Amino acid sequence: METLLSIVFIYIFVDNFVLHRFFGVCPFLGVSRKMDTAIGMSMAVIFVMAMATLVTWLLYTYVLVPFNLSYLQIVTFILVIASLVQLVEIVLRKISPTLYQGLGIFLPLITTNCAVMAVALLAVRQEFSLVESVVFAIAAAIGFSLALVIMAGIRERLELAKMPDVLQGSAVTLITAGILSMAFLGFKGMLSL
Amino acid sequence: MSKETSLYLKDFTRGILKENPVFVALLGMCPLLGVTGFIVNGFGMGMAAMAVLVASSLVVSLLRNYIPPQVRIPCFIAIIATFVTVIDMVLQAFQPVLYEALGVFVPLIVANCVILGRLEAFSSKKPVARSFFDAVGAGIGFTLALVLLAAVREIVGHGTILGPDPESAIHLFGPNFEPMALFALPPGAFIALGLLLAVVNMLMKRFNI
Repeated sequence: METLLSIVFIYIFVDNFVLHRFFGVCPFLGVSRKMDTAIGMSMAVIFVMAMATLVTWLLYTYVLVPFNLSYLQIVTFILVIASLVQLVEIVLRKISPTLYQGLGIFLPLITTNCAVMAVALLAVRQEFSLVESVVFAIAAAIGFSLALVIMAGIRERLELAKMPDVLQGSAVTLITAGILSMAFLGFKGMLSL
Repeated sequence: MSKETSLYLKDFTRGILKENPVFVALLGMCPLLGVTGFIVNGFGMGMAAMAVLVASSLVVSLLRNYIPPQVRIPCFIAIIATFVTVIDMVLQAFQPVLYEALGVFVPLIVANCVILGRLEAFSSKKPVARSFFDAVGAGIGFTLALVLLAAVREIVGHGTILGPDPESAIHLFGPNFEPMALFALPPGAFIALGLLLAVVNMLMKRFNI
């Protein structure tokens, strides 16, 4: 229980996936322009990351390792993630059209989100157990969402600010992300596994 | 210059400056920010990504008439993943120090949107030779961005070039130099890239690129 709680705290605050580990920076910059899209993307990421880590962990432990195939890790993981995203999209469209309308457009984007791949790889590399892996994935996804939502809030106001031409757009967004990352640096060293 | 050569030259130079995958298209941010603590790591990452990009772009271009358009993305991903596995093993065997420094970012080349972007936009439609030049150009453009950002971060954040290995590291400012450690830390990566982008924007506007 204690380990699980510290995993949650560490990967939301101390070792935030976007701001300290640089996983998933592309969607972080891409969809943080508006609050509603940021929240939609966050939900989709939490869902997919938990599912993907669950499947890849089981596959790695019960198929790849016993058959000495761990060199196929990269190929299997990315294909599992890509097909899982497709599957989730199809199932969601059938079961819950309202949810699909909310998350639908974000799902294809997730395939190129390296945070999903990173969480699956790290769960295996750090030798987490199944429960720990899933908790780790959810915590990492919540950390990603937290950063995304904060950033969206800042960017909505940033639209109105006056600044030099050359800074407009991505440059100022990156500098803002840097300052946000500095704020999260305050958690550094609070907890470690 | 024959018409063909100038076409190749155009494909080649496009990715370096005019459509630089980082400075113009803002792709491949994760490895860019993650490994640029030192120039050596940035350059190694650039080379690894370029190798994967060139190899997979050749294969995709060769197979472009055989891959069904409905399932092209999974096919591209499978091809990329194959070459990433190869690079992962090669680095582990021949460059263990670099492999250790790049860490999980080596397998993550598979999710690098620069590569998938080039395959989708160019190699899947164009002949092999043109795809090759386009891939090399985009690879050089990506490496250029990595090395530039790494140079800023290493010089300001550590005061050295060619670190972190103490044997090859050259201290630029003498023993009393106090490096600005922020630039070696994660926030510095974001801030340095933001400022670099602003400078590139300014230069591009000035010279009308």
